[in-house]
Amino acid sequence: MTVILGQSFTGISIGAVLLLIALGLSLTFGQMGVINMAHGEFIMAGAYTTYVLQKALGDAGLSLLLALPVAFAVAGTLGALLEWLLIRRLYLRPLDTLLVTWGVSLMLQQLARDVFGAPNVQTRAPELLTGNVTLIGGDDPLTVANSRLFILGLALAAVAALALVLALTPLGRRIRAVVQNRDLAEVSGISTARVDRTAFFVGSGLAGVAGVALTLVGPIGPTMGTNIIIDAFLVVVVGGLGRLKGTVITAFVLGVLQAVLEYSTTVSVAKVLVLVGIVAFLQWRPQGLYTLRTRSLV
Amino acid sequence: MTIPKLLTHPAAGFGSAALLLFAAAPLLLTDFRLGLLAKYLCIAIVAVGICLAWGRGGLLTLGQGLFFGLGGYAMAMHLKLADAGPGELPDFMVLYGATGELPWWWRPFESPLFALAATVLLPMAVAAVIGTLVFRRRVKGAYFAILSQALAAAFALWLIGRQATTGGTNGLTDIQGFFGYDLNDPVNQRTVYFVIAAALLAVAAGVRQLIHSRYGELLVAVRDSEERVRFLGYDPARVKLVAYVVAAGAAGLAGALFVPAVGIISPALIGIVPSIEFVIGAAVGGRASLVGAILGAIAVMWAKTTLSEEFPGAWTYFQGLLFVVALAFLPGGLASLVRKARERRSAAPDDAEDVPGAGADAAPAPVPASAKKPEGVTA
Repeated sequence: MTVILGQSFTGISIGAVLLLIALGLSLTFGQMGVINMAHGEFIMAGAYTTYVLQKALGDAGLSLLLALPVAFAVAGTLGALLEWLLIRRLYLRPLDTLLVTWGVSLMLQQLARDVFGAPNVQTRAPELLTGNVTLIGGDDPLTVANSRLFILGLALAAVAALALVLALTPLGRRIRAVVQNRDLAEVSGISTARVDRTAFFVGSGLAGVAGVALTLVGPIGPTMGTNIIIDAFLVVVVGGLGRLKGTVITAFVLGVLQAVLEYSTTVSVAKVLVLVGIVAFLQWRPQGLYTLRTRSLV
Repeated sequence: MTIPKLLTHPAAGFGSAALLLFAAAPLLLTDFRLGLLAKYLCIAIVAVGICLAWGRGGLLTLGQGLFFGLGGYAMAMHLKLADAGPGELPDFMVLYGATGELPWWWRPFESPLFALAATVLLPMAVAAVIGTLVFRRRVKGAYFAILSQALAAAFALWLIGRQATTGGTNGLTDIQGFFGYDLNDPVNQRTVYFVIAAALLAVAAGVRQLIHSRYGELLVAVRDSEERVRFLGYDPARVKLVAYVVAAGAAGLAGALFVPAVGIISPALIGIVPSIEFVIGAAVGGRASLVGAILGAIAVMWAKTTLSEEFPGAWTYFQGLLFVVALAFLPGGLASLVRKARERRSAAPDDAEDVPGAGADAAPAPVPASAKKPEGVTA
C-alpha cells in the first residue's frame, strides 16, 4: 500500500516540477501562442542565478529566498528582451518563431558554457530542506523529502498568484482581452504590444522561478533546460491552450502516470508509453483537456 | 545577358549536378574530404524530404531523426549480423553478456533483401501510422512540430534504455563490411560515395516530379489555406500524409546510406538536436526550393565541420545565429535572394533588345525600355 502511495507522491512531485515549468509556457504559448524554445534556457538562467547568489552570499537559506525574486527578474528581462528583439516581428509565423527561439536557446547554452564551464555545478540546499517528513509512521513508513514538499508548495503558490493576477488585476484583464480578441482589444485602446511584452516578462520570469526550484533536486548545467522543455510543452498541449486549469491537472496526471509506469517498467519505456498515451489522447480530444471556445476555423 | 533557355532547363541543372558529383568531386577531393561529402549528401537527402513536407506542405517535422534512425538501425543491424557471420551474435551483444539466441526482432534483418526494404519501408510505415492518427484529427502547425520532436526524443530514449539489444548510448559501431565489400578499403568507400550521390539525385528527381505534379499544387494549397482546400472537396489529411510519408522514406534512405559512409549509428545522431539540425540546412538554403534545400544542407554541414575544427565554441553561436537570421529576416532562405535577383534582372529593361524576335517575352513595352537603358547598364 505504501509503495503505491510513495510512488504516487513521487509522481506528484514530478508533476509539481512540470507544473512550475509549464506555468510560464501556459502564458507565453497557451495564451499568446508563441512557441518559445528558449524557455528552457530561462530555467537555466534562474538556476545559475541561484548558484551565483549562493557563491556571493554563502548562506544557503538566504540565497535561495533571495534567488526567487532575482531569478524572476533576470529570466523575465531576458524574455522581454527576446520578445522585443525577435518575437514581435514573428507573431504571424509561429513555426518560424519556434526555430528562431531554438537558435537563441543554442546561443544561450553556449554562453552558459563559456561563462560557467561545461561541467554541471551544484548548489547546497538550506538545512531546513535537506531532511524528510514522515507522513505515515509504523513498520512501513512513508517519507517525503522536504525539498519536494517545498517545490510542491512553490508550484501551488505560483499557480495561485498567476490565477489571481489574471482574474483580478488590470494587467490580467488586459491579457485576457488580448487573448480572446486581439483586434477588438486593440481598438478598445489596449496597447497590445505592451501587453505582449508584459505577459512575456511574467511567463519567462516564472521559468526563472522554476530554475530556482530545480537546483534543489538536480545539478545545474548548460543543457538542463532542453530535455525537460518538451515534456512541459506537451503538458500545455494536452491541457489545452489558454486555460490554467488544464495545465495544472495535466501536469499532475502526467507526473503520476510517469512515476507509476516507471515503477512497473523502466524509465525509458515509461517515457515512450506516456508519449503514446498523449498521441492517443489527442485522437480523442485534439484541442486538449480544456479549451477556450471560439468561432475561429483555424 | 539572357541565359539561353537550354541552360535554365531543369534537366541542364540536373546534368551539371551529376557532373559535379560524379566527375568533379571524386577528381578534386581527397579520400577524407570525399568521405565527408558523402556524409553531407546523406543529410541533403533528408533535406529533400523536409523541403517537400515543410517547404511545400507547411509540416514542420522536427522529428526526422526518428525515420533517419529507423533506416540507419535497419541497415546497421543487417551489417552487424553480416560482420558477425551466420549463426553468431553481433560483437556488442556478446560484450553485454548475451548468450545463445538472437532477439526475435533482430532475426529478419539477417536477410539482406528484408533489411534493404526495411530501411525505406519501415520509416514510411511508421510515418503512415503517425500521420494518419495526427492529421485526421487535424493536429497541425506547432502542435505537430512538438509532437514529432517528442517522438524522435522518445525513440532515442528507448534505444538508450535497451542497451543489451540496441547497443545503448554507443549505438551500433565499428561496421566493417557492406554487402561483402570491406569498408576499410578506400576504393569501396568511393563506391559508397557514388551510391549516395546517385541516391540523392534519384530522390531529388522524384521529389521534383512530385512538386511539379497536380499533387504538388494541391500540397501548396493545403499549406496556404487548409480550410479552403477542404471546402473544395479534397481531404487535406491525405495530401499531408503523402508528403510526410515520402519525407520519412527519404530520411530512412539517408539513414541507411549514412551507416556505411560513417560506420556508426547511435542515439546521439537521431535525437532532438540532430533532428532540428536537419531542418536548418533547408531553412538557410530556402525551404520551398529543392535546389536551395540541398545546397543549404551541404553548406551548413560543411560550415559545421570547418568551424568546429577551428573553434569548437564558435560553431554553436554561429548555428544559433543562422537560425535567427535565416528564419527571422530571410524566411525564403538564400533561394529567395536568387529568385529576387533573377526577377529583377528579367524585369530589367535591356532584356527587350537582347532577344530580338524571341517571341512573347520580348514583346512588351519597348519604348520605356530604351528610355531607361543607361540605368540598366550601370546597375
